[in-house]
Amino acid sequence: MSATAPPAPTDAQGSHHEMPAGHPPTSTGLSNEKVAMWAFLGSECLLFGALISTYLLYKGQSLEGTISPVDVYDIPYTSVSSFVLLMSSLTMVLALANIQRGDHRRTRIWLLTTAILGASFVGGQVYEFTVFIREGLTLSTNLFGSSFYALTGFHGAHVTLGVLMLLSLFSLSLKGKLPTERAETVELVGLYWHFVDIVWIVIFTLVYLIQ
Amino acid sequence: MAITTSPPPQSPAELPPPPGSARPAPLRLLRRPTEPRGLWNWLTTVDHKKIGIMYSAAAFVFFIIGGLEALMLRVQLGSPENTFLSADAYNQVFTMHGTTMIFLVVMPLSAGFANFLLPIMVGARDVAFPRLNAFGFWVFLSGGLFMYTSFFLGGAPNGGWFGYAPLSRLMPGHNMDYWVFGLQILGIASLTGAINLIVTVINLRAPGMSLFRMPIFVWMSLVAQFLLLFALPVITVALFLLMFDRQFGANFFNAQAGADPLLWQHLFWLFGHPEVYILILPAMGVVSEILPVFSRKPLFGYQVMVISGIAIGFIGWGVWAHHMFATGVGPVATAAFSASTMFIAVPTGVKIFNWLATMWKGKIKATAPFLFAVGFVTMFTIGGLSGVTHAVVPSDTQQTDTYYIVAHFHYVLFGGSIFGLFGGAFYWWPKMFGKLLDDRLGKWQFWVMLLGFNLTFGPFHILGLQGMPRRIYTYPENRGWDVWNAVATWGSFLIAVGVLIFMVNVWKSRKSPAAGDDPWDARTLEWSIPSPPPEYNFKDIPLVVARDDWWHRKYEEDEDGRPVLRTRSIEEERAAETAALEAAAGGRTMAEIKEDTAETAAEAEAEAEADEAAEHQADHDEMATAAEDTHAHEDHGHDEEQGHDEEHIHLPSPSYWPLMASLSLPIICYGLIYKFLPVCILGGVWLLGSIYAWALEPATEPEEPDEPGPELSASTDLAPLSQGSE
Repeated sequence: MSATAPPAPTDAQGSHHEMPAGHPPTSTGLSNEKVAMWAFLGSECLLFGALISTYLLYKGQSLEGTISPVDVYDIPYTSVSSFVLLMSSLTMVLALANIQRGDHRRTRIWLLTTAILGASFVGGQVYEFTVFIREGLTLSTNLFGSSFYALTGFHGAHVTLGVLMLLSLFSLSLKGKLPTERAETVELVGLYWHFVDIVWIVIFTLVYLIQ
Repeated sequence: MAITTSPPPQSPAELPPPPGSARPAPLRLLRRPTEPRGLWNWLTTVDHKKIGIMYSAAAFVFFIIGGLEALMLRVQLGSPENTFLSADAYNQVFTMHGTTMIFLVVMPLSAGFANFLLPIMVGARDVAFPRLNAFGFWVFLSGGLFMYTSFFLGGAPNGGWFGYAPLSRLMPGHNMDYWVFGLQILGIASLTGAINLIVTVINLRAPGMSLFRMPIFVWMSLVAQFLLLFALPVITVALFLLMFDRQFGANFFNAQAGADPLLWQHLFWLFGHPEVYILILPAMGVVSEILPVFSRKPLFGYQVMVISGIAIGFIGWGVWAHHMFATGVGPVATAAFSASTMFIAVPTGVKIFNWLATMWKGKIKATAPFLFAVGFVTMFTIGGLSGVTHAVVPSDTQQTDTYYIVAHFHYVLFGGSIFGLFGGAFYWWPKMFGKLLDDRLGKWQFWVMLLGFNLTFGPFHILGLQGMPRRIYTYPENRGWDVWNAVATWGSFLIAVGVLIFMVNVWKSRKSPAAGDDPWDARTLEWSIPSPPPEYNFKDIPLVVARDDWWHRKYEEDEDGRPVLRTRSIEEERAAETAALEAAAGGRTMAEIKEDTAETAAEAEAEAEADEAAEHQADHDEMATAAEDTHAHEDHGHDEEQGHDEEHIHLPSPSYWPLMASLSLPIICYGLIYKFLPVCILGGVWLLGSIYAWALEPATEPEEPDEPGPELSASTDLAPLSQGSE
């Protein structure tokens, strides 16, 4: 192309060959998708950071005589649903381990288990919200209601999205479209899933446990 | 919304399927678009260069609209007690002027340049996620148009581009709803764009393109994209909270319920100040590319320029409360933010001195792009200096909410960003379109705009210090403001003349002779390829051995350090670089390394080979070609000379789904604004359907996806090739 450039080895395109295992052919050695996922999760940190800050800013600032956290929180109940969500991280790891080993039947089992655990958590949250609303706490009751529903609602939406992705993986795997070589897809969904779990640990501690 | 309804950027089906797996028929709802040109091609393209041009073109249209709004404001303020605009109309126009210029002009213009240039500058064939790239553009456009439909649906946003709550919580009508949802949509566009460009720069660099060999424009854009990545979620949360307040009666900004009236300002400016650097850093990068080329010297202090850019990115997070000195944030916060604001002037000042030193004793060619770059440096310096006066709290308390502030940020964003981006337009126009813009007209435009700009915004300093508040729609006589306001209004029309000259220039450039590949005798890789670049950018992925590699290939230094035409071959350097890279890659050959880069660059991990197989099958006599192919594949990795004509380069295929997915967002937002659930559900289903269709569609379409040639898939050597489609 350039007059001065020497004829460099010109195999710029044309054929495929085996990569050394585990090293995608990028400048960093990480696949594009994985770098993108980490960037996205970095962005998500700020999203939850802003929501958690808002919750903490308004903690105890609600007007006197309105519903406060102690009136509605059912710590044992939420602890159980938190445990369910944390266990789903374990099953997610098992799903990844199995697909990397090439055991697709077990991969499907663990993917489905993870999705079910996640869905149970969301179901538990929906039930919790219904109870709170029945006790008189809505989005517009006071500052606590607004910031509580916004924070936990955003988290619940993230879990729901994760469940949707897990179910998509499960059905892909059923159709045989999720072979061992695409274990990274499971890994990426796993990254997202663990991130959402970690965020819940922070929320559970800050919102429910530290009164 | 970005965060909750769209899946993370990875989607299962975009990952490479395994070698040797079966090729089930791709699931599809629509036929894959195939038009090589015309409207449908532009609507469905995933080519980063076309998307970059569309970003720039759309941003220029919005620039005209935002400029007309500015002229309306100036006409209204040109004389005291004017009645050209009512108070309400003025509020709408000034809100839309600010919102347009920031979110619909400077950001997408920078995104346009970044899209067009970043992959080429790092030696890649495309961005990391071409369809996500198209999605980002269409979301930006639909968000901008969505916001502008408000003019026809009961009135445009009228609470200022900053939308201060609690005020914006209480404003009646749907005006501010359009602002809230419009910005939310634009945020999605910027977030996807940021992730895509970050991954492109981090992951798709050509062999030898180490971080400190990247052109400075790539660096500055990268920093800006990181700022976007981390700043956008903050405004997203702020907008969500405001939306909950306005639509569903939440209390985040309800002072009667005990809400903190400063919460919005903190969240908004925690986004808003990094945003200022998001707007200026790409323009700084443009100027840092232009000045060395027309001074015929390398950029002075490249490393320091990079590090000061990164420093600005970091410190930019610690200065937001200087927008809030007058709100009573307390003496400690005030002192801390005052200090950090003064401190951020240091890396900025370093840059200015480096630009001066770049030009110092250079062989300067004062072309139009050079003039705009110098215009940037001078005007930005004035804006930067008035910025430092805001860092001094007692002085700022005097200036807050006066025209002095308006003067400051127009010197930074117009004198800075817009001048820089116009310089970039003149500089890269021949690369983008193959035609040079007329330099004489360009110089006329520069001087007219420079004069108009200073006549408009210079007097604002005086008006501000005389106490004229901003955001007022009119003012009484005899305040001493009349003359300078009239001058500013005449100046603003001079700017408009400058923009008209640019449009004439663009129109005339249709008939200009071809510019050639390297009309400026420039330094960076984009000038090593044809103008306009072919769809695949690089026929051969370049091997980079130096910063300013293209210059390095053309010139060497004599004993005095002056550039002279290269006589010594750089073959030795290339061999050394090759050896080092091959060693680092665990003994793989340079050919293989390059091939990898090319593959990822085209997001073609999955489909390239199947595509090639299909192409060969379609194009050539079947049996003979299959044999030839097999042969080619066997001895790849040797220095083969044949087989690199254009049709062997695989690029991602166009797709309807990015456009389809983006159209759903305004629908959802209309549904939410008018509280009409079925429309929301329709939009949601539309979005989800589009995303699934997108995910299940292969990035690159094999030509005959359903019938892989039996002899091809049977061939052992070609078996890996059939990994093609999902």
